[in-house]
Amino acid sequence: MEPKREGISVAALHHQQPAFRGLDAGHMACPGCGQALGARLVTEAIGPDAIIANATGCLEVFTSMWPRSSWRVPWIHSLFENAPAVASGIEAALKAQGRQTKVVVMGGDGGTFDIGLQSLSGMLERNHNVLYVCFDNEAYMNTGVQRSSSTPHAAMTTTSPRGETRMGKRHLKKDLLAIIGAHRIPYAATATVAYPSDLRAKVRRGIEIEGAAFLLVHSPCPLGWGHDGADSIEVARLAVQTGFFPIVEMERGVVAGVMKIREVRPVADYLRLQDRFQHLFEDSREAREELQHLQELADHNIEVYGLRADEPHPRDSEGADTVRRGGMRWS
Amino acid sequence: MLEAIEGSAAVARAVALCRPQVIAAYPITPQTHIVENLARFIADGALRCELVSVESEFSAASVVLGAAASGSRAYTASSAQGILLMTEVLYNIAGLRIPLVLTCANRAVGAPVSAWNDQQDSMAMRDAGWIQLYCADNQEAIDTTIQAYRIAERTELPVMVCMDGFTLTHTLEPLEIPAQEQVDAFLPPYRFERALDPMHPRSIGTVVPPEYYTEARYAHHRALLRAQDEIVAADADFEAAFGRRCGGLVSVDGPSDARIAILSIGSVIGTLLDARDEYPELGPVKLIKLRSMRPFPADALQKACAGLSDLIVLERALSPGGIGIVSAEVRAALSEMQSPPRVHGFAAGLGGRDMPLELYPHLIAAAKARPPVRFSIVDVDPSKVAEEDR
Repeated sequence: MEPKREGISVAALHHQQPAFRGLDAGHMACPGCGQALGARLVTEAIGPDAIIANATGCLEVFTSMWPRSSWRVPWIHSLFENAPAVASGIEAALKAQGRQTKVVVMGGDGGTFDIGLQSLSGMLERNHNVLYVCFDNEAYMNTGVQRSSSTPHAAMTTTSPRGETRMGKRHLKKDLLAIIGAHRIPYAATATVAYPSDLRAKVRRGIEIEGAAFLLVHSPCPLGWGHDGADSIEVARLAVQTGFFPIVEMERGVVAGVMKIREVRPVADYLRLQDRFQHLFEDSREAREELQHLQELADHNIEVYGLRADEPHPRDSEGADTVRRGGMRWS
Repeated sequence: MLEAIEGSAAVARAVALCRPQVIAAYPITPQTHIVENLARFIADGALRCELVSVESEFSAASVVLGAAASGSRAYTASSAQGILLMTEVLYNIAGLRIPLVLTCANRAVGAPVSAWNDQQDSMAMRDAGWIQLYCADNQEAIDTTIQAYRIAERTELPVMVCMDGFTLTHTLEPLEIPAQEQVDAFLPPYRFERALDPMHPRSIGTVVPPEYYTEARYAHHRALLRAQDEIVAADADFEAAFGRRCGGLVSVDGPSDARIAILSIGSVIGTLLDARDEYPELGPVKLIKLRSMRPFPADALQKACAGLSDLIVLERALSPGGIGIVSAEVRAALSEMQSPPRVHGFAAGLGGRDMPLELYPHLIAAAKARPPVRFSIVDVDPSKVAEEDR
């Protein structure tokens, strides 16, 4: 019998799915995993003629436990910090063989911001024809939620705990996009799983471009951030609407477009949903200071990237939100 | 036809003859000339190949991993710190069973910093799961490089061709460079069964749980042991085609009635051959060249050592606090024999120290030691060592 869920026909939904998805169902990701959703969306946009080099991390682990694999595209995992170099080698080989197959790297923020930054820089400097996708869940989730250089300031992780003398992470989130931009690659952008059509469009743009492209995809981690798995999209959307995670595009290192925010929300709306920021709502001077600090960081993003919308636009933070608004695919 | 050519340039010529499609490397002395030569071949259009000039040895190894996994013949080279920086990738290449060839221009590992030759770098990679072949001279370096691709591609194991830095890499001597057609006949185009291909998608490098891990490692171990046959066959077929051989896994030179032998690896073999001629009064001595360190040819070694009373092992690396790297393995392998020879273990020539002909009588005299020398660094000058370390 066809499985039914609250009056929805699963078979009918399945029929509406894109014809090909490189990352198929059956993997072991947590419910509500932003990275699993992001990786699926990316592979849908890429299509079947692609080779994926995956850095060590959650994605690699939850998709590839031998003897099973969720990948329907050729996929290679070598190490934590070398995926861009492996992809460089794949691309060089394809070029030598006269093949046009797309090469895509997938890694987390640990593999991208931190341990793999050197090989990523090398790949970008040599301008290999590779799309690098970083699923940014802002900590080392695979090893149990330790801080990375992408963890936001003041967020709690197991290695940046709230204690008598600390209010979570002491340092700022690394401005990776600025580093990527400094390589003057043809295309770099941020995206989020909360805006799937925007994400898909950017993936397609990234793979159409001849040369290196970089995509930073904000990906909630219910386990690490401490929110309900059902709220992942809401949390990711608030990160955009508050200016906490700006959605921007860069060409040759110059900002070429942003997703404007139609109604800017206070950062507290985003933080309150997540356990990793709960200590900022304590009744203390430190908590108030840090909360204010994070608000100012978001305000700064809005200011430098010019995120505030003057008038409604179909591709602003409300218009681009086709999932919630029931547009397009789900109508 | 013989050409007077530097070792590094000769190896670059040999690599080019193998028609690699992707080369990635990072400069380090004494490997650098190899890659410089290859870069020039590519720049001149003499070699059609993608040269990826990476930002580190770590990425060099990773690039060739990706290239070979995609079905292209790939090449890299390094030395010393570069080999050690590659460590994690070298284990990974082997574990993924990706065939490629790396030249290790052997150099000491710091600290203390030394740009000069010993074999600490490749010995440190002994357990990485690679085939390791050591070259006694530059002709062997050429021939072994060509053989290495055949061995790698037939066994789906990576091959490290080890040649002593400076002693071989920077030495000019008359060498035979094979003709392209000959090499093409010996080495068919690379075809990798498991290549990354959207028409036949595979997942390479998956997580392997405890229920399968032991079997994966066992299969790798078995593949290396089986590779002994391929190494011997490649050398025999090479001899049939080119009229030269490199000595298979292990080779013996000297009178069959000799009761004493010296076993060594790499270029010091040439010095020992000369020394034996220089000191005929020291009696008949066999010289045993261990060409394959991995796989370790225990059976061939036992055969080579039959009838010996004393075997002197001379190695050019150190396991500090241990009892010799090569000598400990040799001793273990020979212990299965009915009447194994006494094994005397020596290290010498560390960090580029010369191994002069005068070393030979010293080693032969040491074979009279009872009990045998467990392990000794034979050329230490005590006057240069602090009192407490003497």
